[in-house]
Amino acid sequence: MGMTITEKIFARAGGKSSVRPGDLVNAKIDMIMCHDVTTPPAISMLKEHDIDRVFDTEKIVVTPDHFQPPKDIKSAELHKRLDTWAKAKGIKYYYPLGKAGVCHALLPEQGHIRPGEVIVGGDSHTCTYGAFAAFSTGIGSTDLAASIATGQLWFKVPASMKFTLTGKLRTGVYSKDIILEVIRRIGTDGALYRAMEFVGPTIKSLSMEARMTITNMAIEAGGKNGIIGFDEITKEYLDGRLKGEQDYTVYESDADASYIHTDTVDCSTLEPLVAFPHLPSNGKVIGECAGLAMDQCYIGSCTNGRIEDLRVVAGILKGRKVNIRTIVVPATPEIWKQAMNEGLFDIFYDAGCVISAPTCGACLGGFMGILAAGEKCISTTNRNFVGRMGSPKSEVYLANPATAAASAVEGKLADPRNYL
Amino acid sequence: MAKAHVYKRDHVNTDEIIPARYLNTDDAAELAKHCMEDLDTDFVKKCKPGDVIVCGDDFGCGSSREHAVWSIQGAKVGAVIAHSFARIFYRNCIDCGFYPIELPGAVNKINDGDELEIDYEKGVINDKTQNKSIQFNPLPDFALAIIKDGGLLEHIKRKK
Repeated sequence: MGMTITEKIFARAGGKSSVRPGDLVNAKIDMIMCHDVTTPPAISMLKEHDIDRVFDTEKIVVTPDHFQPPKDIKSAELHKRLDTWAKAKGIKYYYPLGKAGVCHALLPEQGHIRPGEVIVGGDSHTCTYGAFAAFSTGIGSTDLAASIATGQLWFKVPASMKFTLTGKLRTGVYSKDIILEVIRRIGTDGALYRAMEFVGPTIKSLSMEARMTITNMAIEAGGKNGIIGFDEITKEYLDGRLKGEQDYTVYESDADASYIHTDTVDCSTLEPLVAFPHLPSNGKVIGECAGLAMDQCYIGSCTNGRIEDLRVVAGILKGRKVNIRTIVVPATPEIWKQAMNEGLFDIFYDAGCVISAPTCGACLGGFMGILAAGEKCISTTNRNFVGRMGSPKSEVYLANPATAAASAVEGKLADPRNYL
Repeated sequence: MAKAHVYKRDHVNTDEIIPARYLNTDDAAELAKHCMEDLDTDFVKKCKPGDVIVCGDDFGCGSSREHAVWSIQGAKVGAVIAHSFARIFYRNCIDCGFYPIELPGAVNKINDGDELEIDYEKGVINDKTQNKSIQFNPLPDFALAIIKDGGLLEHIKRKK
């Protein structure tokens, strides 16, 4: 019986010739992502337990992003703990303010994600990096501490689900709609403990940025990881970008690999989706919900805060005005600079948006756009749970960047195809 | 005696267990003040040490924040019983030495306010109020060993 990409990566990382779903593997960790919320407690745990060490200073990337720049005294203390530790340990890839960005946009952009590797991070959206044919998953602070000190972690090999994407996306429909459709079908725990593998011809038409939007939201279906195979688009993105080790191993799923669930999404039939409160699985096609009044529009996050997303938004906002508060958050300093150089900031400014520094910000209800009771926000982010962006009585509607921009213009949920 | 606080809800997420507005600290006592706040603002007032949270499917979904477990531990909750748990939360529980009890149909078997006694090793919940005992699958030995040691790092330290 063949193996899936995920199984092959675990076999390699666990020093075995093959693994099956359900096997327990003590895996070597190739890369660890650390940010300002979950890493400071991990650092404290290591000190308390007298194992205050770092397994490899070149295999840990540190960036503050959640409350970046610090939003209050308490978060400033978290940043201080992170900063002191990163400097004391000589972490090679530390991205302090000025270099810091939303972690899941920053690590691939800065060349820290290699195919075939096992990557963990103290953040649930660490599954994003699976777009590069790597196994990548989110962990809590204790597992993070154990990984930092030992470079190893145990895993149960997940069964894989295969989603075959066919057909060409129509105008106004993006990779965000593909993943919202998948989550709508299987529910927010439809992939619990499982690997979500995305295959099929539509993938070839998607940039790495667009692919990352898909794997980013694997966790919103409960998935352990999302994964997409390596191809020439992956290679093109990585060439000249990788930092440190340049070699990597490409794994492909065998033709006779086994899947616990298979499904096909005909992407040519998809329409822009809006996930209604309070679950990412509550997707409705825009035609059924256009007209619902919004109070705020949020463009950003590890899901849709990359340059392509900002270009889509600018394309709609050019020469128009927004009718609700609209906050644009480029995910990294490079994206910020690129957007500025391309003139997108002029478009955002003229439209009446505010442009923020790179931060996770209001996506998780941190700061920079918190909602009051009763307010509704159309957002390019990944979660619309109760209280996610502010008051427990506020509401978050998830959509692709074009739908968000069109809704900002109308001040209510709007079909982006009227603007494209 | 532990009292059951039953919430007939699926997908209770970590934003409800400990909202992100409190993530600027990792102090368990501070986090405990806001435990379950966005699900039930009175939870902390109602919860006595050792009390048990009972929920439906997919408890603890969403963010990887271990703060969710720390807030529950800080509020001195004795156990969480759910039909199923989200993966990262489940793992975080064991890492922190906190026992997650998986019990399909729990919200229909246990009533709000029931007095419970739990035998973790045998996998038995004794519902004193309804005068019945309910079986659950106990954790495997390796996970029990981590919990007995008070969490993963303590466990690693002791093994050395």
